[in-house]
Amino acid sequence: MSEIIELSASALAEKLRAGETTSVEAVQAHLDRIAAVDGGERGVNAFLHVNAEEALAVAAEVDAIRAAGGAEAEALHPLAGVPIAVKDLIVTVGQPTTAGSKMLEGWMSPYDATVIEKIRAAKLPMLGKTNLDEFAMGSSTEHSAYGNTRNPWDLGRIPGGSGGGSAAAVAAFEAPLALGTDTGGSIRQPGAVTGTVGVKPTYGSVSRYGAIAMASSLDQIGPVTRTVLDSAILHELIGGHDERDSTSLADPVPALAEAARKGATGDLTGVRVGVIKELTGEGYEAGVQARFDESLELMKAAGAEIVEVHCPNFKYALGAYYLIMPSEVSSNLAKFDGVRYGKRVLPEDGPMTIERVMGSTRAAGFGDEVKRRIILGTYALSAGYYDAYYGSAQKVRTLVQRDFDAAFEQADVLVSPTSPNVAFEFGSKSDDPLAMYLNDVATIPANLAGVPGISVPGGLSEGLPVGIQFLAPAREDARVYRAGAALEKLLEDKWGSPLINQAPQLAAAIEEGAA
Amino acid sequence: MSAATETLVDYDEALDTYDPVLGFEVHVELNTKTKMFSSAPNAFGDEPNTNVNEVDLGLPGVLPVVNKSGVEYAILIGLALNCQIAETCGFARKNYFYPDTPKNFQTSQYDDPIAFDGYLDIELEDGEVFRVEIERAHMEEDAGKLTHMGGAAGRIQGADFSLVDYNRAGVPLVEIVTKPIVGAGKRAPELAKAYVAAIREIVKNLGVSDARMERGNVRCDANVSLMAKDATEFGTRTETKNVNSLRAVDHAVRFEISRQAGVLNAGNKVVQETRHWHEDTRTTTSGRPKSDADDYRYFPEPDLVPIVTTEAWIEELRSRLPEPPAERRKRLQADWGYADAEFRDVVNAGLVDAIEETIAAGASAAVARKWWMGEISRLAKNADVEPTELGATPATIIELNSLIEGKKINDKIARQVLEYVIAGEGSPSEIVDKRGLAVVNDDSALGAAIDDAMAEMPGVVEKIKGGKLQAVGALIGPVMKATRGQADAGRVREIVLEKLGVEG
Repeated sequence: MSEIIELSASALAEKLRAGETTSVEAVQAHLDRIAAVDGGERGVNAFLHVNAEEALAVAAEVDAIRAAGGAEAEALHPLAGVPIAVKDLIVTVGQPTTAGSKMLEGWMSPYDATVIEKIRAAKLPMLGKTNLDEFAMGSSTEHSAYGNTRNPWDLGRIPGGSGGGSAAAVAAFEAPLALGTDTGGSIRQPGAVTGTVGVKPTYGSVSRYGAIAMASSLDQIGPVTRTVLDSAILHELIGGHDERDSTSLADPVPALAEAARKGATGDLTGVRVGVIKELTGEGYEAGVQARFDESLELMKAAGAEIVEVHCPNFKYALGAYYLIMPSEVSSNLAKFDGVRYGKRVLPEDGPMTIERVMGSTRAAGFGDEVKRRIILGTYALSAGYYDAYYGSAQKVRTLVQRDFDAAFEQADVLVSPTSPNVAFEFGSKSDDPLAMYLNDVATIPANLAGVPGISVPGGLSEGLPVGIQFLAPAREDARVYRAGAALEKLLEDKWGSPLINQAPQLAAAIEEGAA
Repeated sequence: MSAATETLVDYDEALDTYDPVLGFEVHVELNTKTKMFSSAPNAFGDEPNTNVNEVDLGLPGVLPVVNKSGVEYAILIGLALNCQIAETCGFARKNYFYPDTPKNFQTSQYDDPIAFDGYLDIELEDGEVFRVEIERAHMEEDAGKLTHMGGAAGRIQGADFSLVDYNRAGVPLVEIVTKPIVGAGKRAPELAKAYVAAIREIVKNLGVSDARMERGNVRCDANVSLMAKDATEFGTRTETKNVNSLRAVDHAVRFEISRQAGVLNAGNKVVQETRHWHEDTRTTTSGRPKSDADDYRYFPEPDLVPIVTTEAWIEELRSRLPEPPAERRKRLQADWGYADAEFRDVVNAGLVDAIEETIAAGASAAVARKWWMGEISRLAKNADVEPTELGATPATIIELNSLIEGKKINDKIARQVLEYVIAGEGSPSEIVDKRGLAVVNDDSALGAAIDDAMAEMPGVVEKIKGGKLQAVGALIGPVMKATRGQADAGRVREIVLEKLGVEG
């Protein structure tokens, strides 16, 4: 494994600036890594599309600017030349966008998402598009129409979902940076089970324009990285107001990297950390709970004031989420009908009516989990059921927000395990959607309330990563970076190196499995 | 049940037995520069699928952004309809699958329209005023346009294939919904027509819509039900869709009254349904039954934030409201001194603005009316265009009139000159000069022609001498003929009287 791919994005950026390596070298090293570990029977399968040519061209452009020096070199973004992977839910000109679905197989977007425009403007070479549960619906990436992504820590296990591809790519050193989307935990839960860092920003702080909508009121694009600082820098790059997204906040992007650097001193003096009583204990694996408790001890020793907070309505959050999210899904996915773009399947027999063409297209194009949610949401919005289901769920949403408000009276940040369990084996929850949905029990409340959350590596349970989640009030994203970076520092001091260094040698694991 | 097998009841007879209840949903297309939720141009008549961007096509990942002008236009309409304006309101998704709707949902407003609880006073032809209560006016987006190729009747059923043009998809609409209108009795069709005409006039006057019904800028769905004279509850209603001309509104309401009376007289029940209007036969036929199956699964549009209307904003918009058309008409009629019938003709000819401009440019009310309602209207009718599209301007009229008053030309020549103006030959003065059309003011030349005429008609001369001055008219014809129309009739009269020594 080449040394260059082991660098964090900020460390790589530093070397690029110092002229110790080139962007072309860095991109090539990652492309080599992808070639080595991503494909084949036992490969990670994080990438659905590898964008080698364009990535190298952008890298060469950055290198040329650096070599020429002067004002243009000075003006380069700090992450210029650092490669990035993009969840295949975000539309990109020049690369296919599938949303992990057969419905969009081969579809090329004629426009770039706002975050992609920003990535291009900052000249980050895009390595390619990463795998996901179809239309971001799932917690394991097993619902992708393009095969499972494997967890680099154990190739027989799931990488989380829906953004399993982005998390696995970063964990497997195939990319130092990735973009994800988080509707109910799709950035944070994969981050937790792959030993990486994932952030769901405050709702509205990153433009959703060009992120294929799953549930509009819950979706947020966010960073996936190996360090808290890297997430902060990437978040600053992609954040900010966008007039094309009406739900985008007008606020300027906060100083997130500064917050992460402050946290990286490991000092938490005066920070009140609230432990959400309802997101611990029963339902959480013993190893997960143990790592969580150890983290609390470390933070306490670093000066944090640990307080217990109660969020009594969180127990309804999962239920409310599984009404609001599918309701929005049923409407957002209606556009996929074979009329304008994407897949079109004609009925095999019978009359060729528009309804039947739409029906056979949707029957063939969508997978079971997508259909399940469309049906659920269609039902929840039906006349006569709307008040009982969608209406009640919206009330719960308000109650969850109030729980947060009350909790943040007592604490600066809240903390919980990111996921109740470590990565599970493929197929172990496929027949039980409810068990699958429980993976997101700790991440969903943040989406319902629109507040920011981060997952940072918290250690291992039976050799598999455990994630610790910090939550902060809306628009206070800086707080999760500070707390996350502090815990990262405290744990790395304890372990002697980042958790990711304890991951098994991937190439050997792939060969071993193949043998 | 098809129209053919239905027994129509004579209209007057129907309304001896039943009272009609009306209701209208009028869709007004706004003439904003861009669409309601995208930056694509809002324009009519362009090549199919050219005024579209990724938002209008509903491509994956797109988001809507509300057009502020669209909201302002909707508020202006609300204010003009004497509505309350909501302090906050939002958009909702109306979910249904149809290929002219790119997202398979229409962004509309559901339970919180931007304007509500208004009214409009409708003046019928004889001056009776009928108040129509407005339930709501809400914002939404238009759908694309489908063209069904092959198959029968241009409908989607049975078509070989269909073409879809998304230029219209996302064009801003305001839907104006009335409360049930009771008490119109036999004047129901007239009221219906007058109501739609009033809406059209208001939105045009506000400048928020081109208001051309033939282009679908104003579209009407007409609800009609009948209740027995002694009944206390409304009957079952039908909704006749897309009744898109004023005449059709009148006819559709009239037809539904006759048809429903037939159904009820036969002891049957009116089916609650949408009906299609057929302009050619002036009938409606059954469309789709309305039932619980119509479940649009409305829910708040999560991609948009609520619209908050501040008092200052609304007052600023209120200050922009033009004078209401009905009030303006009253004022103008009084100012101009037109008789009721004269003024109604001007209104019906759509020439109020033109006459107002002409008067403002310096013409008298009588001269403005004479030209616009007379020769210009006649020429326009021959050319099959609107009088205002003919090419005659207030300046033309003023110039023609001053030529007449200055005795350079007479009325007859002025009419000819107008034709040359319309043909693009130049201004009236230029044409008179170029074509040598000035009246014969040379009294000696005129005198000769008059002498000839008098010599030919000694009887007439005697009559004039005897005091019958109106007999002069009989001499004018031959004099005009002799001077090829270039004589001034008034001057001819003066000379005749002078020659005969008769006091005029």
